Amino acid sequence: MSSSIVEKFRSMEYGPAPEDASDVYSWLDGHKRTFGHYIGGNFTTPGQHSFTTANPATGEALATIATATTADVDAAVNAARAALPGWQGLTGHQRARYLYALARQVQKHARRLAVLETLDNGKCIRESRDIDIPLVARHFYHHAGWAQLLDEEFPGYAPVGVVGQIIPWNFPLLMFAWKVAPALAAGCTVVIKPAEYTPLTALAFAEIAYEIGLPKGVLNVVNGDGRTGAAIVEHPNVDKIAFTGSTEVGRIIREATAKTSKKLSLELGGKSPFIIFDDADLDSAVEGLVDGIWFNQGQVCCAGSRLLVQERIAERLYEKIRARMETLRIGSPLDKAIDIGAIVDQVQYDRIQSLVDKGIAEGASCHQPDTDLPAKGLFFKPTLLTGVTPSATVAQQEIFGPVLVAMTFRTPAEAIELANNTTYGLAASIWSENINVALDAAAQVKAGVVWVNSANLFDAACGFGGYRESGYGREGGKEGMYEYLEPKWLQNKRYAAAVVALPDPSPNANTQEPDAETDGSTSPEDFAIDRTVKQYIGGKQVRPDSGYTYTVYGAFGDHAGSRIGQAPLGNRKDIRNAVEAAHAAGKWAKTTAHGRAQVLYFIAENLVQRRAEFIAKLTAFVGPEHAAIELDYSVERTFAYAAWADKFEGTIHNPPARMVTLAMKEPVGTVGILAPDEAPLLSLLSLVLPAIAMGNTVVAVPSERAAILMGELYQVFDTSDLPGGVVNLVAGNASELGKTLAEHDDVDAIWSFRDEATASMVKSASIGNLKQVFTNDGRDIDWFDPEQAQGRWFLRHSTQVKNIWVPYGE
Amino acid sequence: MAVKHDDPATSTVATVPVTLYGRELGPNRRIPLNLDWVEEVRVNTSAVERRAATIPGRRSVKKAWQAAWLLRAIACMDLTTLSGDDSADRVRRLCAKARRPLQDHLVKALGIEELGLKVGAVCVYHAFVETAVNALKGSGIPVAAVSTGFPAGLSPLETRVAEIRRSVEAGASEIDIVITRAHVFNGEWNALYDEVAAFKEACGPAHMKSILGTGDLSTLRNVARASWVAMMAGTDFIKTSTGKEAVNATLPVSLVMIRALREYGERTGMAVGFKPAGGIKTAKQALDWMATMKDELGRSWLEPTLFRYGASSMLGDIERQLEHFVTGRYSASYRHPIA
Repeated sequence: MSSSIVEKFRSMEYGPAPEDASDVYSWLDGHKRTFGHYIGGNFTTPGQHSFTTANPATGEALATIATATTADVDAAVNAARAALPGWQGLTGHQRARYLYALARQVQKHARRLAVLETLDNGKCIRESRDIDIPLVARHFYHHAGWAQLLDEEFPGYAPVGVVGQIIPWNFPLLMFAWKVAPALAAGCTVVIKPAEYTPLTALAFAEIAYEIGLPKGVLNVVNGDGRTGAAIVEHPNVDKIAFTGSTEVGRIIREATAKTSKKLSLELGGKSPFIIFDDADLDSAVEGLVDGIWFNQGQVCCAGSRLLVQERIAERLYEKIRARMETLRIGSPLDKAIDIGAIVDQVQYDRIQSLVDKGIAEGASCHQPDTDLPAKGLFFKPTLLTGVTPSATVAQQEIFGPVLVAMTFRTPAEAIELANNTTYGLAASIWSENINVALDAAAQVKAGVVWVNSANLFDAACGFGGYRESGYGREGGKEGMYEYLEPKWLQNKRYAAAVVALPDPSPNANTQEPDAETDGSTSPEDFAIDRTVKQYIGGKQVRPDSGYTYTVYGAFGDHAGSRIGQAPLGNRKDIRNAVEAAHAAGKWAKTTAHGRAQVLYFIAENLVQRRAEFIAKLTAFVGPEHAAIELDYSVERTFAYAAWADKFEGTIHNPPARMVTLAMKEPVGTVGILAPDEAPLLSLLSLVLPAIAMGNTVVAVPSERAAILMGELYQVFDTSDLPGGVVNLVAGNASELGKTLAEHDDVDAIWSFRDEATASMVKSASIGNLKQVFTNDGRDIDWFDPEQAQGRWFLRHSTQVKNIWVPYGE
Repeated sequence: MAVKHDDPATSTVATVPVTLYGRELGPNRRIPLNLDWVEEVRVNTSAVERRAATIPGRRSVKKAWQAAWLLRAIACMDLTTLSGDDSADRVRRLCAKARRPLQDHLVKALGIEELGLKVGAVCVYHAFVETAVNALKGSGIPVAAVSTGFPAGLSPLETRVAEIRRSVEAGASEIDIVITRAHVFNGEWNALYDEVAAFKEACGPAHMKSILGTGDLSTLRNVARASWVAMMAGTDFIKTSTGKEAVNATLPVSLVMIRALREYGERTGMAVGFKPAGGIKTAKQALDWMATMKDELGRSWLEPTLFRYGASSMLGDIERQLEHFVTGRYSASYRHPIA
């Protein structure tokens, strides 16, 4: 020992500082290194199908895990279904006690869970010990609170039911907590599938659930690969799917659930920008990168993987980054002084390597530190690729490894342009000492989470989730709870009748110009001036691209079956033009809420002004009595959204640190709306108004049976100071136009309030850009009942929450 | 520039170049005040605090390595007494401890006789410089004197400059000066620069450490700016605190000063040392600071020529930890001779 201390005194190397894993090994041995599923409160005996989970840092096999068959998944779902009434029958307080107990147990077993996580995943013990597991406990504490407050805070909402959850391997237990805690708090029961690389901590958690006496069947854990996941997704008795993972699998799940009314939340990939302005604290920004891209070996969906740096400081920053990379310690994840552990699996390792190779082949300069790697294990050096162009593969694709890709910008505007030049929109990190610069960028960047002068901060109170192809739905906070709840009235609704498509409107009977809007019974003296209803695109009345119109028939009393007029027959190009117009009107989102309210009030005023005309038109479809009522309700609804325009506001979270998190409600963007046939004016307005009140622009397809109403409606819009392009109306075959809208990659959300078939169709067609889908799933809605047809449910779907983390302090 | 480095073969003092990222640095000397460097300082307090908060969790040194690191902490320690009730005998006791910081049985058990371990310096008020110099004669341990109206630094400039000269004449080879904090609050960078430069001139051959009074400066940006001005004015070390402010050495403050001297080194090719002082009481803290120096600056900044702790009670905790390492039993403070 003696001389060795002298040597160490001279070299001042760190030496090994291993965390003792013996307790975890005895736990594994206690289970004979074999695990079944946790179904209905019991651990099953493993059958013949199984797989092995290994420690990626050493290759050592840790345990054999049963693979769930369809029958296992069935058993788990049945157990969850059977447990549902009992679990929902508890008071919020009773459920809160269980969640609280889970939180306490996680804390009591914190070190075992951390070590187990590190063994199974390869992440360094500092992270599992100081970040993952404390956040798991925090998540259960926070959601014990939501269980307690459920009735007060979510009146009129009920749990969605049995939830199927599929989670990734990068934060195995943390993602488990993010999924399970809100579901249980809401009163749902759960079937969850951990990732096959990392099944162990979920099983350890199941054991904890068993120990605290969580009612049987409330939490079920099944293991397996994608096939097990598919069995959960496709199971008819599952009411909601919550998935975190790749965008590719997210698409498959969207498609697979399209034909059902399963609720869906997706937390997918990212290529998050890390923007450094020339007035940033560069040394701190470099540490931000350490937390951003070299956290968890870069295997983080919200990793700050795209460095955007202002040109004049780029070289200096790169020098600092390169210097910092030299002091990142790579090695045994169980070592307490290690910064970078092992990549989870050979498949991931190879993928990272091939993308780096591709980056170099496409012209990037690669820098890796001069660090020794352990002789075996999946260790990947931290990597900096500079001189990358936006068109390079590595600038576009998620690498999911410790690889930072750097580009430069000249002006703040260019920084934003580059930041948003991606199909993803999960997170962003913005560094500037100037609050104006930082907050302006935070407002403009398209991402669900924005960290100002920080990176990768998480808290149970602050929602997490993405824009665009990073998915939809939020996890954490109040917004996350809504993913496991739905309006009570909706659950009791019967399914509406399928819409009977109109006889093919295109052939014969159509002329270049519409007929007079009269029917055969009109006497010559009543013969009015020929009135032409056109598409309403970009604030202009335009002829349909097809050059065709179709006949609209009355539906009530004497009018039933009689020709009321001709409506323009829209086609793909009308939709294309309308979406372009909607985009051009994008600055509507920046109009003040007060300004938008004024426009909506003006619309109400003009609806009243044209009351007689509307009633006359509506009468043909709903009869005179209903026509008057519908018009009056329409006016009231317009008032309601004018009122909401400046009142559906964000919140400020207080995470446990010196910072605020601004949960801003931002418009989704361009919303495609398919309106139903019932109450044709009121239902159309009930959908369009919340969208525009929140700053979205709209392309709406009115009821094809009553489309000529739009002639009056767009005159109202025109005279109400509504900027052109904010609302675009395209009449025609609703399912055809709806499909084009649902497929359009520049439409951010699609709302279908027609029948179930249309709802399925738009869900299925939405996978191109994974646009948000909002439908009634074919359920009947009483458009005259404000509880159903007005208010927060619509407003919430008109907005997406951007959480902007703003640390402060001097 | 070269630092003293114990040569493993001969155990005599050899010299090893100071390097920063592979570049050799020279000793600091005064350069013209560059106000751009002061003005362009950017420090994000929250981010610095977050980084500092992870340091103790990111680095851990165990067993024989920990023992070696704790010995290193002793070698970098300015064993200090700065109390109103200091007396000549008290200072002599301190000097005796400085010569023999560890008991012989520990030195033997650790097998470090060849190191001839001693502390970095003994730090006292001017009144005790002579006492300390005499007590340390032949030990090679330098005497550091706090000076310039320590701790507030508000006596007349001539008096402060004269105080330095008197301490150097009395045999102090290191002078810990305090800056006029008001110069920082008021952005009087020229005045601060002139002051520090005047002190440095008065030091002559003595090594100068500039105490910024970081607890008084309050903001981290002030700390960074004051660091830059002191370095340009030619200081050999920047030092956090007098130990008398309400808040003394903290990791965030240290990180800001370390980053400043690192950037200064990169820009000028000159090395400045760092001394955190006040509030560092435990062996664990000593390890945290050394890990910070090693990771942020590299091996050269773990030598007493570039790194010192200002501490009075830390040695006791280190002795206990080392005894625990040797015996496997937790130690008690009364088992170790006090200073």
